[in-house]
Amino acid sequence: MSQENKVSKSKLHGLWALTNRELKKWYKAPVVFVLTLVQPILWLGLLGNALNLRSLVSPDSLALPPSLVAEFTADQLALLQDFISGLGNSMMQGTFGTDSYISFMAVGMIVFTALFTTMFSGMSIVWDRRLGFLNKALSTPVSRAVIILSKVLSATLRAMFQATIILIIAIPFGFAVGAAFTPLSILGVYAFLFLLCVGLSSMFIAINIRSRSNETPMAVMNLLNMPLTFASSAFFPISRMPGWLQAIASVNPLSYAIDGCRQLLINDTINYSQLLFQYAYVGIFAVVLSSIGIILSWRYLNK
Amino acid sequence: MSQNEDVIKVENLTKVFNKTLVAVDHINFNVKKGEIFGFLGPNGAGKTTTINMLITVLKPTSGKAEILCHDIAKQSDAVRYSIGVVPQEYTADEDLTGLENIMLCADMYGIPRYISKKRAADLLELVELTKFKDKKTQTYSGGMRRRLELASGLINRPKVLFLDEPTLGLDVQTRAATWNYIKTLKKEFGMTLFMTTHYLEEADSLCDRIAIIDHGKIVVVGTPEELKDSIGGDIITLSIQKNTDITDIIKKIPQVKEVKLDDKTYTIKTESAELTAPLIIEAIRKEGHIVSKLSLTKPTLNEVYLQYTGKSMRDQADESRERMGHGLMMRRPH
Ligand SMILES: Nc1ncnc2c1ncn2[C@@H]1O[C@H](COP(=O)(O)OP(=O)(O)O)[C@@H](O)[C@H]1O
Ligand SMILES: [Mg+2]
Repeated sequence: MSQENKVSKSKLHGLWALTNRELKKWYKAPVVFVLTLVQPILWLGLLGNALNLRSLVSPDSLALPPSLVAEFTADQLALLQDFISGLGNSMMQGTFGTDSYISFMAVGMIVFTALFTTMFSGMSIVWDRRLGFLNKALSTPVSRAVIILSKVLSATLRAMFQATIILIIAIPFGFAVGAAFTPLSILGVYAFLFLLCVGLSSMFIAINIRSRSNETPMAVMNLLNMPLTFASSAFFPISRMPGWLQAIASVNPLSYAIDGCRQLLINDTINYSQLLFQYAYVGIFAVVLSSIGIILSWRYLNK
Repeated sequence: MSQNEDVIKVENLTKVFNKTLVAVDHINFNVKKGEIFGFLGPNGAGKTTTINMLITVLKPTSGKAEILCHDIAKQSDAVRYSIGVVPQEYTADEDLTGLENIMLCADMYGIPRYISKKRAADLLELVELTKFKDKKTQTYSGGMRRRLELASGLINRPKVLFLDEPTLGLDVQTRAATWNYIKTLKKEFGMTLFMTTHYLEEADSLCDRIAIIDHGKIVVVGTPEELKDSIGGDIITLSIQKNTDITDIIKKIPQVKEVKLDDKTYTIKTESAELTAPLIIEAIRKEGHIVSKLSLTKPTLNEVYLQYTGKSMRDQADESRERMGHGLMMRRPH
């Protein structure tokens, strides 16, 4: 009998069980799983090609008027076209740090996907409340913090898996790593994603934790997502934005994670002091927001 | 612990929502070991709020309660380890199988796998879900989901089991079957049960004691018999052939407590209908009247309920079923 009643009194018991509960909804549902793979293909294929900025500066797009062409010899013309091509490459290098927009965008996309994965994970706590699961969990000895952490962890693991898929899918679309890339860079990218997801996920849970309906948090999250996505370096470099937008983008943690990942993956040189700062920034974001998340969970899960 | 010791002790327990809504208002009661204690009351009376405080999900605004001598506010973890909960809603995750759900519950209690695997299998067998254990719970019927909730609530071998409207929304047969499971499980594990219901017949036939709660206040506590007696005993209704008023004749009989004449029918309250009825018939005959119709009724909880809450049970059962329907329609997105 005494053995029968043996239970783990560890503060973290139940963490994996609750995390796995969330993950099962995804990897055990074939449709949902396939859709998470199809989505990056569509994004890379459509947006990556529709916004192929490289093609803006090319001999085709900058075709010379026929009257001008007549004045050059064939040799001179070839030279001119080489020059325009070179101009395009250096514009790409100067603006995006790589001459392939797909490579630039793929890195933006892994972070963008992390944003959405953490957002949906934050919303799931409202469902847990409405369907009574939350109350059931709260009546068991599982720690309040573990309930929150399981959501953070599941979103983080899912986002990291999706990032891997995006990068693999991006290869046939023309994704190419930079000269500074080493296998260790992949770990570095996971570290960025981990920190960012912990922060974002805690933030979205904090927004949803008091709510019994999805409407208000949805409105708040939509309001947040626009600036988080577009006032960041996800699809366009900050240095080319107007000043006021730069101001927003340069406090946006997404930008730091994205820029850090780009340094590791697609740039030809790595600025290590910058990289360190990027880790520190995203790290502090993660610590501050997960602390807020845990404090709020204590407050609002113990009403 | 001695047989008569109180397993649940509640003192002036109060919950106020948003500073104004008094959902539970200074309630007091004790539940004895091994007892089935029922909370009966209309919608919004405060039943679920009371349970939520006792199971440590909600913090009381004031007052206190102890479960197995553990304070619900100060020793909530000790309370959580010793109780089982079957909530009003179907809380099982629809995207998981029955077995996965019950194992998740076990993991939340921190029960080691080598114990919980066997226990889960036994419990699923007891509630006859073994065949369906690997099916997602979204394919389960209402009765099956209830049984799964029941099995999950017992995974930690609780000493006290809380059941919040355990048969809400089930049809009559499934309700009866569910209660058979509950009774079997109670016998098997020797638990104390705290339940809420608004099915009077259930409260009457299952509960050792009942508290009627209305507007957050307990209006009366007692065994079903005590409650029925409290409204003044049995009821005799009779009519006579002639159209004369014989109220005074009936009133003269000492055992008669109250007589009302309504549309030629006399409604008589008395301690015991069986003993008083012959006396009344005798008295009426002596005066030359002939009884044409006679019926004896024992009061049911329905009369008790009506007397204490001023509401009939019927309309509410329908209302609740509607609420439940909405609950079932809400599906969780991926
Ligand atoms: N979380 C909450 N916030 C505000 N009011 C609540 C909350 N939960 C319940 N109430 C209110 O408290 C009262 C009692 O509700 P409840 O305990 O659910 O009743 P019952 O279970 O007896 O139907 C109701 O008026 C209900 O609206
Ligand atoms: Mg209720």
